Amino acid sequence: MDQLSQHIVNALMLGGTYALLGIGLTLIFGIMRVVNFTHGELYSFGGYMIFLFTSVLGLNFYAALIVALVLGILLGAVIELVLLRRLRGADIDTTMLVMIGCWMVLQNTEQMIWGGVAKAVVSPLPEEPLVLGSVSVAWLRVFVFVVAALLILATYALIHWTKLGKAMRATFQDRDTASLMGVNINAINTATFALGSGLASAAGALLGPVYLVTPTMGNLAALKAFAIVILGGLGNIQGATVGGFILAFAEEMGAGYISSGYRDAMGFLMIIVVLLFKPTGLFARAERIG
Amino acid sequence: MRRTLPYLWVGFLLSVPLWLHDQYFLHILITTGIFTITAMSLNLLLGFTGQLSLGHVAFFGVGAYTSALASLGFDVHIFGGFRIVHQPWPAVTGFAVGILVAGLCGYAIGKLSFKVREAYFVIVTISFAEVVRLVALNWVELTQGPLALNNIPPFTIGFPGLWEQTLWGKVPNYYAVLAVGAVAHILIRRLVLSRIGRAMVALKENEPLATSLGIDVTRFLVLAAVVSAGIAGAAGGLYAHYIRIIDPDIFLFIYTVTMVIMVVTGGKGTLAGPLVGGIIFGILPVMLRPMATPEAQWIIYGVFMILIVFFLPRGIVPAVQDWWQSKMGVTQAPVDGARTGGRL
Repeated sequence: MDQLSQHIVNALMLGGTYALLGIGLTLIFGIMRVVNFTHGELYSFGGYMIFLFTSVLGLNFYAALIVALVLGILLGAVIELVLLRRLRGADIDTTMLVMIGCWMVLQNTEQMIWGGVAKAVVSPLPEEPLVLGSVSVAWLRVFVFVVAALLILATYALIHWTKLGKAMRATFQDRDTASLMGVNINAINTATFALGSGLASAAGALLGPVYLVTPTMGNLAALKAFAIVILGGLGNIQGATVGGFILAFAEEMGAGYISSGYRDAMGFLMIIVVLLFKPTGLFARAERIG
Repeated sequence: MRRTLPYLWVGFLLSVPLWLHDQYFLHILITTGIFTITAMSLNLLLGFTGQLSLGHVAFFGVGAYTSALASLGFDVHIFGGFRIVHQPWPAVTGFAVGILVAGLCGYAIGKLSFKVREAYFVIVTISFAEVVRLVALNWVELTQGPLALNNIPPFTIGFPGLWEQTLWGKVPNYYAVLAVGAVAHILIRRLVLSRIGRAMVALKENEPLATSLGIDVTRFLVLAAVVSAGIAGAAGGLYAHYIRIIDPDIFLFIYTVTMVIMVVTGGKGTLAGPLVGGIIFGILPVMLRPMATPEAQWIIYGVFMILIVFFLPRGIVPAVQDWWQSKMGVTQAPVDGARTGGRL
């Protein structure tokens, strides 16, 4: 029982960042119809930025987190303006190929700059864990969970209560009509890609001190984000949030009770099972954003 | 000219080991050949049915592992205390089993994922490759995991009792790759130029119209997936028995990306495209190696892929064909019946 409650707490802590990754990807797919292979690279970009600003430049950890988020947003905007803007109206495979090319460039640039050796980020949070009864959890994990939850709530608020969010939802439902109503689709695309990228970068920055930062850390993260998006249904933010937690639970339970070697396989098996029985995702009724 | 060109090309390929004695270049040619075969198989799915399979390396790896395990033998315990002992088979038998198992995987993936298309299909195929990689990494009793399967026997061909030849060294393996490549090419060519191929192209171009004419989507797409996976499995078998050591890294996503780049650069949906792309991206690393680190090479590949999509979206082969036709002032329909002339 103690073991079970420990697994549940671990899964909750992990699920927050998974949800963050999934929301970014699902927004981009839902609004832009782009299968974003650079998502994992934005994640590792965030990891490297937190390393750069804390360990190399000596900036405060919390400030570096905000810097990583902002730089992720900027990098996303640049990718959208330089590459994706020209591909509006192109079919989904074409944009996918371009995004794969972009993924290769980003990942290998990181490898060139930072080398293949993993980097460790030091966090200012206390080392000794928070102990609640039989369950113990590192303060850092709690901090990561809280920040991830705040970012998710902020994204919800943005989508639901701002004019930009309303324009995004309108674009998602009907691009042409939204355009007729005066929504600037190009601006929406840039904003969406920048927001999604920023969230991925923030997830990377948050997990940087938890794990190690490596050039290939984004690959698995991107695949997991895809799994989350499929679980929740493409373009469905609530679905992605729940999907993130479901994946975290599946991994944690799979690692705890089946075999830790297959921890990372859980997500992919879930994708295959979900697509087999309910290809539109677990929450298909809500085929809309928000 | 058009008719004699393929024969000249085959003659040239057959003559290579006669004048090229550099072992390193022969090795490059063999691996290039193996990857070109995988590119051809990917092209059948990507170019002719329009399905972007990004887990293609799984079929290659399954073929390689099956063939290697069948010819090495294994002894594993499975659930419930059962034990499976397999005595080694000849390498050629293993090769055939590898093709069969890869084809079966193609059938399963085809059945499963053609219910879901586009982005979903891409993600299912990636997931499949990743699951297979994790199994190869973790099922140590069967696959040796990261320790790799080594001492894989080379092929022995011939007729028992009369004549036997074991394919040690580069030259016999070069011819083996060439032979398998030729068979694969002819198979794909016959398939896409037949009624089946026209049905596939029709499905790619306009699926509702094609289905309304009675073309069975699932049947043709699954058939394409099986053949494509089988050919990729054959390439995997060749690789396993030539290199003679395989580890779970052969399932890495980057190999699928290499195949995709070969097909897209050469021209998807053309028969010559994967050959041209395969040769370019087989030889290019050798030329880049002295001046660029591996990372820089991958960056160049990535940029190349983006530029091709933007400026030569149909690939090199269709562009050259167009240029040739406009230069000759010919406006006849393309001889290559499989050329669909469609957009990317």
